[in-house]
Amino acid sequence: MSVVDASLAAGYTVEDFLLVVAAGFVVLAIGMLYRAVKGPTMQDRVLAVNVLGTNTVVILAILGAALGEPTFLDIALVYALLNFLMAIAISKFTVERGGVL
Amino acid sequence: MDALGPVRLALIVVFGLCGLFFTFVSMTGVLRLPDVYSRAHTASQADTLGAGFTLAAVALAAGWDGAGFKTVLLLFFIFVTNPTAAHAIARAAFEEGIVPWTEGDERR
Repeated sequence: MSVVDASLAAGYTVEDFLLVVAAGFVVLAIGMLYRAVKGPTMQDRVLAVNVLGTNTVVILAILGAALGEPTFLDIALVYALLNFLMAIAISKFTVERGGVL
Repeated sequence: MDALGPVRLALIVVFGLCGLFFTFVSMTGVLRLPDVYSRAHTASQADTLGAGFTLAAVALAAGWDGAGFKTVLLLFFIFVTNPTAAHAIARAAFEEGIVPWTEGDERR
C-alpha cells in the first residue's frame, strides 16, 4: 500500500484525517450499540448487529489505509462476507418455513 | 510513494466527511425511528451510502495498486449485500407477524 505523504493543512497528513474519520465511526458504532442492546424484537438486534458489522468493515479498511497495513483489507473482506452470511442465516433461522429469500 | 494532487486530496476529504455524515444519519434513524421496518429502511440506504463514500475515500488514498482494487471490490460487495441483508431481515420480521407501525401507534 502506498503511503501517502501529502499534507492537508498546517502539517496534518491524509493519514491523520483518515484516523479522525475512523474515530468518528467508532463513536457512531457505540451509539448504534444501544439499539442492539435494547431492541424490542429479535430482528431489531440482528439489524443493529448488521449495521455494526458494516461499520467494522469500514473502520478496518480506513485503518489499513492510514496505518499502511494491506492485510487489514483481506480481514475486512472476510468480515463483510461473514456479516452478510450471519444476517441471512439468522433471518432464515427465525422463520419456521424458511422462506425468507 | 506518490504525492497526491490537490483534486484527489480534496476528493478524499469530501468523501470522508460525506461518509461520516451519512453514517450519522443512519445512526440517528436506527436509534429514533419507530419500528423495525423503518429501521431496516435507514440501515439499508443511509448506511450503505455512508460506507460507500468512506470506502471510496480509502480507495483514493490507497492508490491504484492492489490495495485500491481490493477496496473497490469491498465497496461493490457492500453495495450488493447490505440491502439484501436488510431485505431478508425485514422479510423475516413480516413472516414472524410483526405489525408495521402506523401513525398514532406507540413507538416500539
